[in-house]
Amino acid sequence: MCSLALFPPPPLPGDITLYEFNNALVCGRLYEQLPLAFQSQLADLPVLSLPKETLKAHSRLEHSTRPAFIHHRESLWKRCLSAWRDVGLCGVLKEIASAEEEGLQWVKTGSSYTLAVCHWLSSLHGSLFPHLSLTSEDMIAAFSQAVDWAGCTVRAFAWHPHTSKFAVALLDDSIRVYNSNSATIPSLKHRLQRNVAAMAWKPLCASILAVACQSCVLVWHLDPTSLSTRPSSGCAQVLSYPGHSPVTSLAWAPSGELLLSASPVDTAMLVWDVSTENCVQLQWFGGGGVTYLAWSPDGSKVLAATPSAVFRVWEAQMWTCERWPTIKGRCQTGCWSPDGSRLLFTVLGESVIYSLSFSEYRGEMQGQVGGSKTASIVADLSETTFETLYGEERIGGEVHSMVWDPTGERLAVIIRGHPDTPGSQTIIAVFRTRNSPVFELLPCGFLRGERGAQPQLIAFHPCFKKGALLTVCWSTGKISHIPFFFVSAHVPCASPSRSPVVASASVREQPLFSEL
Amino acid sequence: MEAEAGRQRALLRQVLGWRVAAAVAWSVLLLPVCTAAFVVLSGFDPFHPVRWISNSFNDLYTSYVIFCILLMSVVILVISIFNVEFYAVVPSIPCSRLALIGKIIHPQQVVHSVVHAVMGMLVAWCAAVMTKGKFQFLAVPCTPSESLDDAVPQMCLNEYHLFFLLSGAFMGYSYSLLYLINNMNYLPFPIIQQYKYLRFRRSLPLLVKHSCVESLYFVRNFCVAYYFFGYIPKVWISTTMDLHIDSKLHPLDTLTGLLDLSLFYHAWLCGVFLLITWYIAWLLFKIYATETHHFPIQPTFAEETDQCLPKILNSNPPLIIKFLALQDLMLLSQYSPVRRQEVFSLSQPGGHPHNWTAISRECLSLLSDLTQRLITQQEAAAANGRAKQPAGELKVSPQTPGAVVTEDMSFQSQRSNIVPRASMSSLVKSSLMPLKTPPGSAVGSPFSSPALNCKMGILDVNSPWHGSVQSPHVTRRGPKLWTSGSDLQMNGSQHESFPVLSTARAGSEAVQPSFIYTWLQNKQEQIKNFLSKRVLIMYFFSKHPEASIQAVFSDAQMHIWALEGLSHLVAASFTEDQFGVVQTTLPAILNTLLTLQEVVDRHFKLPHVSSKPPRISGSLVDTSYKTLRFALRASLKTALYRITTVFGEHLNAVQVSTEHKKRLQQFLEYKE
Repeated sequence: MCSLALFPPPPLPGDITLYEFNNALVCGRLYEQLPLAFQSQLADLPVLSLPKETLKAHSRLEHSTRPAFIHHRESLWKRCLSAWRDVGLCGVLKEIASAEEEGLQWVKTGSSYTLAVCHWLSSLHGSLFPHLSLTSEDMIAAFSQAVDWAGCTVRAFAWHPHTSKFAVALLDDSIRVYNSNSATIPSLKHRLQRNVAAMAWKPLCASILAVACQSCVLVWHLDPTSLSTRPSSGCAQVLSYPGHSPVTSLAWAPSGELLLSASPVDTAMLVWDVSTENCVQLQWFGGGGVTYLAWSPDGSKVLAATPSAVFRVWEAQMWTCERWPTIKGRCQTGCWSPDGSRLLFTVLGESVIYSLSFSEYRGEMQGQVGGSKTASIVADLSETTFETLYGEERIGGEVHSMVWDPTGERLAVIIRGHPDTPGSQTIIAVFRTRNSPVFELLPCGFLRGERGAQPQLIAFHPCFKKGALLTVCWSTGKISHIPFFFVSAHVPCASPSRSPVVASASVREQPLFSEL
Repeated sequence: MEAEAGRQRALLRQVLGWRVAAAVAWSVLLLPVCTAAFVVLSGFDPFHPVRWISNSFNDLYTSYVIFCILLMSVVILVISIFNVEFYAVVPSIPCSRLALIGKIIHPQQVVHSVVHAVMGMLVAWCAAVMTKGKFQFLAVPCTPSESLDDAVPQMCLNEYHLFFLLSGAFMGYSYSLLYLINNMNYLPFPIIQQYKYLRFRRSLPLLVKHSCVESLYFVRNFCVAYYFFGYIPKVWISTTMDLHIDSKLHPLDTLTGLLDLSLFYHAWLCGVFLLITWYIAWLLFKIYATETHHFPIQPTFAEETDQCLPKILNSNPPLIIKFLALQDLMLLSQYSPVRRQEVFSLSQPGGHPHNWTAISRECLSLLSDLTQRLITQQEAAAANGRAKQPAGELKVSPQTPGAVVTEDMSFQSQRSNIVPRASMSSLVKSSLMPLKTPPGSAVGSPFSSPALNCKMGILDVNSPWHGSVQSPHVTRRGPKLWTSGSDLQMNGSQHESFPVLSTARAGSEAVQPSFIYTWLQNKQEQIKNFLSKRVLIMYFFSKHPEASIQAVFSDAQMHIWALEGLSHLVAASFTEDQFGVVQTTLPAILNTLLTLQEVVDRHFKLPHVSSKPPRISGSLVDTSYKTLRFALRASLKTALYRITTVFGEHLNAVQVSTEHKKRLQQFLEYKE
């Protein structure tokens, strides 16, 4: 088992982690220190700085236009009608209960009693699933993969699976698409694009981006050859389903045909056939909703985390699932090994990384997930004190988000410090990993950004040729790329062709060695 | 031929037989549950809940409830037989209102409706008997009148019972009508594979809700019908059965009679019962019929040869078998490395890749058939486009063939000026040349109509069309697109009338049209023009653009599976194909896919073609056939990307034309 004590001490304050070379993380103050041979690799990747001040703030805080108009009292009947349209039955009851008209005393009392019963029932429901009492914005903030979703400029980040192109969702509800090969930066805005929680590019496609919004899923069809910087909202498909909002997680099938969407409010996750806007509900009661989805790179399995202490692993052919109760809290994040045979996940309230291995996928075992009996702990991330020249630093805590690079050799983890301990900080820890012949997890080092910058989101470039490339969004609004130069055994190109190669490699896996 | 047909029937029976049996068995097994729910709900009494529950449980064991269940099982059996006889994997979409009316009065549909009405009456009778109370019998003793004490008790007609029976017949008929209009005989294949139980459970709430709402509408409509025509059956029944009409009771075909809440509730409940049981039978059949079937790739025994996937794909089996085979191909190419290995294997003595050849040939011919169909449709659309001319010169009705020639030539020149977008590029044409010759035409290049060649300035000397380029008779095939107004419609049909002579069949010998023939044609045109100006006729004849596009893509599910199967197999061949069997067909596959891609792209640029799918409400009735073309477009692009992503730069070594190379380069750079 790997623990933080085995890590090299964190970089000095003020230093920035630049790259990994010859198995060591190199820190420095400037970007020019990259070895010349590798500079060409990164030259075209945009390093962005998106400070909060430059973003146009919300012109209005409230989402209705009501404050802009003079107050005018309509008749009760009309008000009820509009309340029914806007809010539903609850709104009508509220409207009647608060009516000032005379002569409707018994209707008023009746509706206020009904309203009280409704509140009581919903609080009962809420006591079973406490997350249901949150507002949708708080709910997204609680379940998002971004560390500080509500306050930071960058809310979501997604690399295109095949090319050097990424999308950034910003605090002002716009999305910008950066492409290393072109200077045009399309900025996507839509009436329904509010509170973006996640984004995902469609695999095996040039430019289709799915966006998880507060009320629906938007699918943007961007023309890659277009020079327009402001695609019209006609380019977006709206996928909405009653009772399925806010959407907090999305996952495309690696074969590019289906899109999964999940909401913490809806117990069912939806399988979308995006081209026809058809959807199939995958209902599985218990758990109270689905917060996080991760489709394994070989397309065979899907991790679905719920707001309660249970998560499920679906098998993606016949769509049956295995249920995994955890001991302490809900599953916060998870990631799959490139061949889909191993799942690493973390649980809220515990500072460890669990590993769950699955029997090799052969396609013949229809309707079986094939998970092992128990999950094993592979890393202990509890708080550790490092003595540095500038004093001691305390690092460790719960894992907020975790990504595995496409070659399966580096694992980056955002460790969130304890908020009540003064010295602890949010930091990125990187592990070296190996999946075959035996699973190994070795320390690599800590990554540090500019002074005062906390990591927000991390993502690996899906097809970096010289190793792995980690993109980090910092709380200052900076987006930087940290390359890890190494020679990989695998071809680091996100393509379905990789799975058979890997599959044949893992055939050699012998049960000779015990797992770590 | 006879043996072939027999074999196919046997195959159909083998594949579909047990599925039908299981579906019927399950729907009959679910019948007692529905009946019990009906009995409990029909005795609903909110003021005496205990008595209500105990009474309904006592009723469940009575002999007539059990008899009703037996009778209902027969009804379900009949309904299932009709489901099996009427199902279709390719929906038939009526393009105009007249076609819809024609479908309704088709004898087959009439039989369907009549049988459903009778079955509905039987269900309503069962419901009436199980409801008991005032609904139970058709003939009841009359209420004794106070004035004269009759010694003989007279039998009177129970109008409530009659109302029930008639409402059952009405609902049966309405069900049959909606079955036709909503294309409920269409078997949609699910987008994800799931176990049957889960699929059933997922659809069940929707089914119940749909039945409740539908029943409400049916009852409302029936009340209106009964209000106006109710007296006819009442009088008829009472005279034929010699029953009196009780003057004491209120007649039902009046407003006050129909405003009976208990009657309304029981009629509605009877409708819900009927619809739920029938929909369950229908749903179960749908679920069972669209379940995957595992076809072997290589026969283990000699007698299994007919059931092998390559063999089935290449023969001409019933459509459902073909659909299931293609679905199986898609699944095996995606999920099963072992079966993929069988596809790539060589035959034992001889070493020929028979399996792969058969599968790829069938998929490619399916796709090129679609390409050809789309091209003809686009030609027709282009012909419509050309009709958007100032109508003056077009209205000349020449009497001599010579004049026709000049006119048609002028059309062609105009068309080439005006509608360049609709023209086929040389790319499409050249790549289509080596493809499969369509049935019914012996000529070498089926797609190059003379108008096309002439316009593009390509004189294909090898083509038998060469001699007839000057001929006025431009052959147009396929459905015509809809035109917006009667004016355009008229012009369009005028052009369409030229083609009729079948010079194509006769090869290169030009047949001169007779004078009488031309005259007849013109007369026909004049009549058409006259009729098309009448609003009512237009109402029935006008084609709906959306419907005709749907009709072109109605069987696109097959092509989607062929695309997915083919692309997954090609992608897997990069690592799994030991003998390189796929490499030999790779150029043909790329050619076909790229050509289809071009044609599909052009289709979505036509006028009247929406680029976004219509919103589908999550209802029980599946309308996925309306959006198949969008699915086809998406899966075509994904298929191409799947191949280019896996092969990458290696594709530059594949022999394709320069235009296709350019296109491939765009795919490699993710710029499509």
